[in-house]
Amino acid sequence: MSALSYPDHITATYYLILGAMLFTIGAVGLLIRKNTLVMFMCIELMLNAANLTFVSYSKALNDISGQVIVFFTLVVAAAEVAVGLAIIIAIFRRRQSVNADDVDLLKG
Amino acid sequence: MEAVVFFVSAAAVLIGALGVISGRNPVHSALFLLLTLASVAVLYLQQHAALVAAIQIVVYASAIVVLFLFVITLLGVDKHEPRDDAHPIQRVTAIVLGVLVLVGILVLVHGNRWVTGAHSSRGVLGAPASGNVETLSKSLFTDFVWAFEMTAVLLVIAVVGSVVLARRSGHRAQVASDGDDASSESTGSESERSTA
Amino acid sequence: MHARNLLDLAWLIPAFPAFGAVLLLVFGKRIGEPRAGWIGTAMIALSFVASVIAFLALRSLSPDLRSNVSQGFTWIQAGTFRVDMRFLVDPLSSTMTLFVTGVGTLIHLYAIGYMHGDSRFSRFFAYLNLFAASMLVLVLGSSFLMTFMGWEGVGLCSYLLISFWFERNSAAVAGKKAFVTNRVGDFGFMLAMFLIFQRLGTLDYSALGSTGHVPSTIASLPHSSVTAIALLLFLGAMGKSAQVPLHIWLPDAMEGPTPVSALIHAATMVTAGVFLLVRAHVFFDFAPHAGTVVAWVGAITALYAASVALVQNDIKRVLAYSTISQLGYMFLAIGVGAYSAAIFHMVTHAFFKALLFLGAGSVIHGMHDEQDMRRMGGLKKYMPITAGTFIVGWLAISGIIPFAGFWSKDEILAKAWFSHNYALWAVGAGAALITAFYMTRQVWLVFYGPERFRDDAVLVQGGGDAHEADEVHPGEVHGGAEPHESPWTMYFPLVALALLSVVGGFIDLPFTNHKINVLDRWLDLPESHQATSFGAGLILSTVALTIGVIGIVWGVSIYRRGLRRGGVDPTVERLGGFAGVLQNAWYLDIGLAHFVGGPVTSFARFLSEGVDRAGIDGAVNGIATAARGGSGGLRRLQTGLVRNYALGIALGTVLLLLYVATRVTF
Repeated sequence: MSALSYPDHITATYYLILGAMLFTIGAVGLLIRKNTLVMFMCIELMLNAANLTFVSYSKALNDISGQVIVFFTLVVAAAEVAVGLAIIIAIFRRRQSVNADDVDLLKG
Repeated sequence: MEAVVFFVSAAAVLIGALGVISGRNPVHSALFLLLTLASVAVLYLQQHAALVAAIQIVVYASAIVVLFLFVITLLGVDKHEPRDDAHPIQRVTAIVLGVLVLVGILVLVHGNRWVTGAHSSRGVLGAPASGNVETLSKSLFTDFVWAFEMTAVLLVIAVVGSVVLARRSGHRAQVASDGDDASSESTGSESERSTA
Repeated sequence: MHARNLLDLAWLIPAFPAFGAVLLLVFGKRIGEPRAGWIGTAMIALSFVASVIAFLALRSLSPDLRSNVSQGFTWIQAGTFRVDMRFLVDPLSSTMTLFVTGVGTLIHLYAIGYMHGDSRFSRFFAYLNLFAASMLVLVLGSSFLMTFMGWEGVGLCSYLLISFWFERNSAAVAGKKAFVTNRVGDFGFMLAMFLIFQRLGTLDYSALGSTGHVPSTIASLPHSSVTAIALLLFLGAMGKSAQVPLHIWLPDAMEGPTPVSALIHAATMVTAGVFLLVRAHVFFDFAPHAGTVVAWVGAITALYAASVALVQNDIKRVLAYSTISQLGYMFLAIGVGAYSAAIFHMVTHAFFKALLFLGAGSVIHGMHDEQDMRRMGGLKKYMPITAGTFIVGWLAISGIIPFAGFWSKDEILAKAWFSHNYALWAVGAGAALITAFYMTRQVWLVFYGPERFRDDAVLVQGGGDAHEADEVHPGEVHGGAEPHESPWTMYFPLVALALLSVVGGFIDLPFTNHKINVLDRWLDLPESHQATSFGAGLILSTVALTIGVIGIVWGVSIYRRGLRRGGVDPTVERLGGFAGVLQNAWYLDIGLAHFVGGPVTSFARFLSEGVDRAGIDGAVNGIATAARGGSGGLRRLQTGLVRNYALGIALGTVLLLLYVATRVTF
């Protein structure tokens, strides 16, 4: 009906492009934001982008290993979030702040 | 139909991502993150990775995001963060780098056939309709059983670690809670030392 | 062989005085006077006995085997460089040890009387013994490095002994001056050693070969190297043996006690330079130009010092300049290749110069520390033995037959003549004339004529010495005790030395065909020019003798009545303005002081402040400043903010990514 024609087949390339864009946004956000919690969330974005790429390739190569890797990544991400948030809490107790800019004792 | 789902989910993912990085309030960022994660789960489903999608929802979209929200509200940092420009170069450079990364990845993706050599024969995906729980679990518990057990150990370590890191030091808990906000150097460093 | 076993014990020769030095340094105060003096004397006497035994043992060997290097131990072993501590006994070193220890024993004996009552009596003898030990190491060493060790040792002892009475500022200054001037010479010696090692690969004397056997290593050296080595060694000798212009320390060294002047600055240390050059004569054999330099420096020194001695008023200063002059003769001899003549004169000079110094010391002692000759006179009747022996020394140094000085000085002049260096002969003859004159002046002013020490307030006219002895007390003699003869410990050595001065010349009579030139044949050094005929030699000897006699007669005629009225010295009067030049030693010392104080100090200051502080320190500090500046700039990277560091990581990753992308794509 419209002039635009949907692609019939969503090939892996689309997912890869999406993954790239998600990863970029996550990376930029990590570099820009100062709130450590938000920085953490950006890290999660990047991990998800990687997972997306893995799953895409798994489908493209017709191999289950990609999804197995995603599985493990999910587990590790969960563990990482737990420990990371515990660290943030410990730092907060000391400094009453989650602003990454306040932790600059290594300033030369 | 396939395309519609894809584009809608893709849009949701990107909106969520942009919302995460630009949310003034961390709670907003967390909610946008939830949007992204859920959309990614949909994309998984579209690629016939059912188990992974389910795990994504259960672990990521619920547990992790809820954990984030707990910490945000616990620490009481749901306030606006000041925008400072002590290092303006950071912002500019970050965006430039972002663009470059994107371009780089796209070039790599587009111009090349990364697939070389024979396919691995670890596990062939089953027929799309049957779901891949069986295939995934078969591969997981045979070829990758070691890694699987290691992740179990990793989770235990993570739990223990986070408990140790986040707790207040033992008998000083009552005394410290009075002066915690005032946070004198000695008691503060004491708690630092014992938690370290 | 029996003789060789004895010669291996050569280490005893320096060991005795070394032991004495240690003993007296540690226990000196407890041993006290006069036992310390007797111990010191005994040690060096034992050394003399050992030297005699070594001499006899050496003599029993056949002439071409007369060289023994005793067993020792390896001192330095570094790659190919090896220095052994061993002692070399051969005719030259044996001769040296004999007269060093012999004259040394007599002087030690003399010092017992001379230093009587001094608060640091035993320390003095410790130093004397240490000096003797160092000198013997110098002479007996088997390599240049061992000789250098002894060289430095005698330099040190010279410093210690010159400034023995260090309460006197002039003595302390004189000691330092001696040491520093010696150092300039040592610099030359060290450079020579470096060159020798570089060219020959070893510092051992065995590399120098022996007479008639010149090693190919030396014969094949380039002419420039040999000349350089020879001249550098001469520079070292110039410092030690007080040749112009490094002679400036010796007159000031008279601040030390008289036995020191006799032993070190007449008989032994100053001859170390002569010894070194004779030991290393092979270099001079191959470098005739160096020999010319040496000969002329020696001749000029001889004439210069004689001229200055002419107008000195201090009894020891005259003898100091006389020593410098006689040393000049020895270098003249070396320069023309007459090595054994140089050694001969060294030996005879040791006898009569030590005699003269000890005699002067006796006079000073008898005159209660008066040293100015203008306040002496007519002492012959108060100190007959001193006077008699002094006269023997005077005749010897003036070159009167049959005393020792005649034979040795004549031989040097003859060798100069027959090697066709007539100009050198003329200079030497001139110096001989002046020598005879000023020695006669000294004898007459001290021992004959009116007794000026009884005059009231002898005014000093016509300029004084540039450096007056501090101990002059104008009013002392009248009211003080009369001059007296010295105790037997002091006049016995005088008599012994006088005897040696008489007969010492007979060890080397110049009659080769009757084989009486004992020393010449014993030393076995390269033969230099012989007399063209017996007649020519006889004529030259007569000329030399005549010169001496003329000097004496002229001196007696002028000084028969002592000084002119008012204490004016006739010679000074006659020379007029020129006397001032002579009295200030041709302004060499003063000129050198001004030069060093002025331009040299400015240059040193420039180097210190300009080059060192501003340049080198500036460069080093500049590097530090640059580092600080650089790091100051770089430290701004360390913002302490994690996101900046993350940016850095991202930047690196992007670069890598782009690199891979471009490589893979294109």
